[in-house]
Amino acid sequence: MQYKSQAVAKPYFIAAIGLFVGQILFGLIMGLQYVLGDFLFPAIPFNVARMVHTNLLIVWLLFGFMGGAYFLIPEESETELFSPKLALIMFWIFLVAGAATIVGYLAVPYATLAELTGNNIIETMGREFLEQPLPTKVGIVAVALVFLFNITMTVLKGKKTAISLVLLIGLWGLAVFYLFSFYNPANVVLDKFFWWWTVHLWVEGVWELILGSFLAFVLIKTTGVDREVIEKWLYVIVTLTLISGIIGTGHHYFWIGTPEYWQWWGSIFSALEPIPFFAMTVFAFNMVNRRRREHPNKAAVLWALGTGVMAFLGAGVWGFLHTLAPVNYYTHGTQITAAHGHMAFYGAYAMVNLMIISYAMPILRGRAANSNRSQVLEMWSFWLMTVSIVFITLFLTAAGILQVWLQRVSDTPLPFMVAQDKIALFYWMREWAGVAFLIGLIVYITSFFVSGEEKAS
Amino acid sequence: MNTIALDPAEHHVKRLPGDLAIWFFILAEMVAFAVFFSSYAFARAKNVEMFNLYQQTLDRNLGALNTLLLITGSWFVVLAVQAAHRDDQKSISRNILFGFLCGGGFLTVKVIEYAAKFGAGISLSTNTFYMFYISLTFFHFMHVILGMVILAVLWKQSRDGAYGAHNAHGLESGAAYWHMVDLLWIVLFPLVYVMR
Repeated sequence: MQYKSQAVAKPYFIAAIGLFVGQILFGLIMGLQYVLGDFLFPAIPFNVARMVHTNLLIVWLLFGFMGGAYFLIPEESETELFSPKLALIMFWIFLVAGAATIVGYLAVPYATLAELTGNNIIETMGREFLEQPLPTKVGIVAVALVFLFNITMTVLKGKKTAISLVLLIGLWGLAVFYLFSFYNPANVVLDKFFWWWTVHLWVEGVWELILGSFLAFVLIKTTGVDREVIEKWLYVIVTLTLISGIIGTGHHYFWIGTPEYWQWWGSIFSALEPIPFFAMTVFAFNMVNRRRREHPNKAAVLWALGTGVMAFLGAGVWGFLHTLAPVNYYTHGTQITAAHGHMAFYGAYAMVNLMIISYAMPILRGRAANSNRSQVLEMWSFWLMTVSIVFITLFLTAAGILQVWLQRVSDTPLPFMVAQDKIALFYWMREWAGVAFLIGLIVYITSFFVSGEEKAS
Repeated sequence: MNTIALDPAEHHVKRLPGDLAIWFFILAEMVAFAVFFSSYAFARAKNVEMFNLYQQTLDRNLGALNTLLLITGSWFVVLAVQAAHRDDQKSISRNILFGFLCGGGFLTVKVIEYAAKFGAGISLSTNTFYMFYISLTFFHFMHVILGMVILAVLWKQSRDGAYGAHNAHGLESGAAYWHMVDLLWIVLFPLVYVMR
């Protein structure tokens, strides 16, 4: 570890992995509820399981981003973190607030939670992914601002690099666009319109900048390719992301009551969204092929290559599948969307977090890389989780195609629940793929506890 | 696009003018416009009569004037790059400035054209033809502005003596981008204003 203060990243990474486990467990619960509707009812109804599954995802990714930033920024800025103490305080606040929110979701009915937490002051609850009670939302903003203050001050007092600049823009964007979660106009069209400013401009905008900068950082460290080359790629990727992603928001505006031109704007610009992801894949492979050194942390390099490929497939290809308005007319809100969501989130954001954790954790534990045995196990977990998500995606895609056909295209369209019954086989297969994913995750966690001869730092 | 005569000494070396990154960027921009142009063709094919009818409301003379302005602007930028290769410092910044002014002329003409259309109550939601007309020309408009920002930076740098026979890399990159803005218009103008 080059800078002592990088150590604050460690609790963030540990919390991220812990919440990741929670996310997968709730994924399995609701996966089962797809086929056994009464499972765990009334203790954990489907809508609650879904909320916990998606909220845990967001929170663990945020923990990962923050941890990653705390690790990356001091090294890039070549100076200690502005305030490690502040980072640790924020860690505990965020963890406690996050845990309390999840407990709230599970312990009381959602409407009661809304009453208890002052939703009547500003009505922000009840919207997908932004279900957090008001105090949690305020807490997220406070933690984000303190976090941003901390890393921005660090960058300002140290060296400014392209990577830290892109990361800062991404993280500031993340905070700014979250503010739209407080804006909940009575007009449901406007509500949806701005809701996407948080949801879409996160995952198809500023988060891609975070992804790009993490990837660039790990590639510089593991391949030894010139910073100049890597930074140039980063600029190209950022530009491509913004060209396609910002107006690409329009692919959510096809059927929500917005003017018709969004069908063209959304289709055209979002059709270009695979390009930055493809560039990232080419970038990762190109840099690894041109490497000037053999970094002992093979697992981190594997995650770096993996995130490039899987983000391109999940976000790029599976996104493109249903992004054109005439296609989306049939596929909107079906299992095709779920298929895309699973592979995109795993490929882009889960994997990039696992990559930065894989690179940073051994260093935080005082070595350049884990022992061979540990790395082999980690690589096994890479393949188990990645192959499982591929199968989850394929099964959901099959379910989605059938659903579109049975429910929307056929001459004798079936009601929603009847169509669901007919595709249950695919939900069963998805559930088993989910079990395999959990096994992969257990193997991943085990790899942290496997010793063996370590590579010196 | 960039047909600058190389120094005799450089003749044997095949060299990409400007930075590779700017070429990636240009490629991405052109792909974006290509998708837009194809969408236009696709939508027009489904409703040729409507497109032809409303196309006649566009001011082709102003469009032609703008074509002239952009081509002239590109010519000045070519002269600037050639001047850099000759190490003719004064001529570099002067020609960049002329290129910039041509861009300004383009924007002025475009604003006049827009004012007439918007004044007549035309919007993105009027019909598909106008949707494409406004979208395509507006996205191009924004690119002209970006191109002019780049030219302004190049002008400032050239005044500080940043470019010369052995250091034309940045200038060439900016010039390549400006030529792209020009090229896009050369496709856009016939497609939207002229072709029936």
